[in-house]
Amino acid sequence: MSPMIEARDVTYAFGETPALRGANLAVAAGEVVAVMGPSGSGKSTLLHCLAGILRPDSGEVRFDGTRIDTLGEADRSALRRDSFGFVFQFGQLVPELTAAENVALPLLLRGVRRTPALRAARGWFERLGLAGMEHRRSGELSGGQAQRVALARGLVAEPRVLFADEPTGALDSLTGEEVMTLLVDAAREKGTTVVLVTHEARIAAYADREVMVRDGRVNAPAGVAS
Amino acid sequence: MTVPLTLLGLLEREPSHGYDLKRDYDTFFGRGKPLPYGQVYSTLSRLARDGKVVVGDVAPGAGPDRKRYVITDVGATEVEHWLTEPVEPEPHLQTLLFTKVVLALMLDRPAEEYLDTQRAAHLRRMRELTEIKRSGELVDVMLADHGLYHLEADLRWIETTGARLDALREAVRP
Ligand SMILES: Nc1ncnc2c1ncn2[C@@H]1O[C@H](COP(=O)(O)OP(=O)(O)OP(=O)(O)O)[C@@H](O)[C@H]1O
Ligand SMILES: [Mg+2]
Repeated sequence: MSPMIEARDVTYAFGETPALRGANLAVAAGEVVAVMGPSGSGKSTLLHCLAGILRPDSGEVRFDGTRIDTLGEADRSALRRDSFGFVFQFGQLVPELTAAENVALPLLLRGVRRTPALRAARGWFERLGLAGMEHRRSGELSGGQAQRVALARGLVAEPRVLFADEPTGALDSLTGEEVMTLLVDAAREKGTTVVLVTHEARIAAYADREVMVRDGRVNAPAGVAS
Repeated sequence: MTVPLTLLGLLEREPSHGYDLKRDYDTFFGRGKPLPYGQVYSTLSRLARDGKVVVGDVAPGAGPDRKRYVITDVGATEVEHWLTEPVEPEPHLQTLLFTKVVLALMLDRPAEEYLDTQRAAHLRRMRELTEIKRSGELVDVMLADHGLYHLEADLRWIETTGARLDALREAVRP
């Protein structure tokens, strides 16, 4: 069985700065993998290459067995919209929209009509402990609440792969763990594959396994083949 | 050891039979290692000998379980003292890891690989504890958290040591 998402010998440089120097990572369907490593080691760049946000300078990225690094911008953008979900360190909610509209956004972008999209979005609020906050705007939510809204937005369209870059980085440890519990519960329930970037071991411990990025390369933990 | 002090502490709630003490000890502090009855009664008789508990009433019948134990002022003072005194902050694992790393460097062995192996082992244990948290009672969650924060502290030490290995190698080799 081919991995759900895979990087093979991926290199990427920002101008003169090499960020990835031959990174390999294969994540199986339904697996939750934590990508760890020091600041500047290339974790976010790897995530962006896997998610089709950046195109590698060399190497291959495969999604469900098919190369995506060779796709043009429009195709990659469609792939991100239809198959991937995203959560970043700072929720990045659209401030003009209500919380429910923010959650519904990925569905609306996929062409789901407004009424069913909002209904699906509202379904998340109870479960995330946000009942009654559907109409608030992001400025009226605490950091932890906004991050839970962002998590719902990342999962609402039932993506095949969820990419999360430091999703708890801006939260205190208890709130961060609540968000992780929700994330992992939801992913396990739907069989969602998760690539989770974090430098915090306690957050990485929610994953099925971890890999370490150092100097633009991926090391599997000792004794485990990557 | 903490068993006598823990039993004393449990007795401070209310006078109890040995059976009740064992049950509560096992529930809250046993962590899968139940306290043998023999140890409960030998501990209680030592506490009685030292004047920290007395035997209250004795129910009719035979066997040690007829006795109900009551904490004395001496016993209560000891519990109070123990609870208010901070625990010795002992960074035991760090010193063990430190010894291994320094020796590895002295012997020109791959200290970095040792640290990687240790990191993987720590993370494996942290995943187990996290799984306990996800399914356990609040008491288990709190205990797992205690373990997790300690392991996390070790991991931070492993990270910074890994980043300083070259300098450390210079420092420990002639
Ligand atoms: N937009 C950019 N322009 C130029 N260089 C960049 C850019 N983004 C990242 N880099 C460089 O690429 C390297 C890898 O960065 P990346 O953001 O992938 O690291 P990271 O592991 O995610 O770090 P952190 O834990 O701090 O988020 C670093 O040297 C960084 O300075
Ligand atoms: Mg980053």
